[in-house]
Amino acid sequence: MSKKVLVLAETREGALRNVSFEAIAAAKQIAGGGEVVAVLLGDSVSEFGAELVNYGADRVITVEHPHLKSYTSDGYGQAFMAVIEQESPEGIVFGHTAVGKDLSPKIASKLQAGLVSDVTAIEGEGDGAVFVRPIYSGKAFEKKTIKEGITFVTIRPNNIAPLAREERSGDVSSLSVDITNLRTIIRNVVRKSAEGVDLSEAKVIVAGGRGVKSADGFAPLQELANLLGGAVGASRGACDADYVDYSLQIGQTGKVVTPDLYIAAGISGAIQHLAGMSNSKVIVAINKDPEANIFKVADYGIVGDLFEVVPMLTEEFRKVM
Amino acid sequence: MNIYVLVKRTFDTEEKLVISNGKIQEDGAEFIINPYDEYAIEEAITVRDAHGGEVTVITIGGEEAEKQLRTALAMGADKAVLINTEDDLEEMDQYTTAYILAEYLKDKDADLILAGNVAIDGGSGQVGPRVADLLGINYVTTITDLQIEGTAVKIVRDIEGDAEELETSLPLLVTAQQGLNEPRYPSLPGIMKAKKKPLEEVEIDDLDIEEDDVEPKTETLEIYMPPKKAAGRILEGDLSTQVSDLVGLLRNEAKVI
Repeated sequence: MSKKVLVLAETREGALRNVSFEAIAAAKQIAGGGEVVAVLLGDSVSEFGAELVNYGADRVITVEHPHLKSYTSDGYGQAFMAVIEQESPEGIVFGHTAVGKDLSPKIASKLQAGLVSDVTAIEGEGDGAVFVRPIYSGKAFEKKTIKEGITFVTIRPNNIAPLAREERSGDVSSLSVDITNLRTIIRNVVRKSAEGVDLSEAKVIVAGGRGVKSADGFAPLQELANLLGGAVGASRGACDADYVDYSLQIGQTGKVVTPDLYIAAGISGAIQHLAGMSNSKVIVAINKDPEANIFKVADYGIVGDLFEVVPMLTEEFRKVM
Repeated sequence: MNIYVLVKRTFDTEEKLVISNGKIQEDGAEFIINPYDEYAIEEAITVRDAHGGEVTVITIGGEEAEKQLRTALAMGADKAVLINTEDDLEEMDQYTTAYILAEYLKDKDADLILAGNVAIDGGSGQVGPRVADLLGINYVTTITDLQIEGTAVKIVRDIEGDAEELETSLPLLVTAQQGLNEPRYPSLPGIMKAKKKPLEEVEIDDLDIEEDDVEPKTETLEIYMPPKKAAGRILEGDLSTQVSDLVGLLRNEAKVI
């Protein structure tokens, strides 16, 4: 049976997030020939509707309200439930993002529905769809299905390929929702993530460990990351030593990332760190210690001083890019 | 203040994982309190010490989870509750877990409920917000700072690396993110005292729950290890050769740049 599937599309810093295009592709697969309807919530978001259609949404519904300017689970919850009421979907896909992680359990609870979180691959389609997700911090995987009710999943950014963008046409309509009784008031957001590249969505990550030795030591890593359009991350050791903020920590406690390219500089490769990055597509390790554990998961390794190697690498990339 | 902490006993992922007959082998493995739940316990104790009241830690599981509850009591929690589902429930999922916890909590008048933002085994992060929704109270996830004055609450939460400052009020459920605090180790006197602290055991029958109410909505078909990666390649030659080789390999062989 084909399904009608809703996708929560997200914007960040005035642009649609990649994960929203990936979510549309996932929704297509779950829909099994059914309709994919993207949902945009915010204070002014209708301009993004057409692009969601270009990435494969059949239709777009926008809910605009001043109370949706910042995400709150109450505001977004009321708006999304109103869309569900109007559309009666058989499937829902969110990105496994800060918003998706926070909102999806609430919606699932209201629908008394099962929810498969943090999906990295979908096998089969329509009613036969099976969801693959990492467990034990990526040391194992499980395949899950939803036994009854709505098919509700969140997908991990950077794992499911979006559809090719092409100029398409589809209806973009707005729904007016009364949003009341917000129990949370957002006062301020302090930007800590550098250069606007989100660690969880970055295609390239340059990560440093204790071997970076100081906060200043991260400068050459940042330079390489900037050149490659990537983000800087860190091991727990580097965060504990206060070289960088905990928001950059990759590992079992910290973020789990799956970039196309992960460059680990001065990281020994403790299990705690490997749990957060070992599913990256290509791993490069740079470490002085040839016995370092990180070389066991690396595709390519250079035994050497990161303060020599990283700037040379930046230079070399600059020549060819 | 009436404070509850939702705790999960988890496989220590520093351990080597072995799968046989489609199940994670638990024999002889070390189990711990989910690390994010430790932040929640620590914060609960801190809030109680500042505002008075009582901290109750709750877990769902079998007899063996008593060990993690005793650890939480040794850290400084006042009471513990084990909801023992061992004999009643074969399969559970986040829907089930949240339902049971909410049934237990619904008449407890909790002012503040804390949990970890995610468990390092299942990794879904659903249970906290689901429980809050079932109880009809507000929730804030991945918090890194908590200030309470009367019923007014100021929170800083981590949103993908950025820090969001917000205000809300009790009653409230929060989930802990790393950076919230440094969980204390149980002291020796703490461990001695914990042995005498109350640990209540309840079963599904003691709660207002029919077994049909807690049928899981999802099903696990298979658990498996990721395919082993082929051994990597350590580059050779002088450093500048290695660096230019690496750039070539990333562009032409791995095709990631």
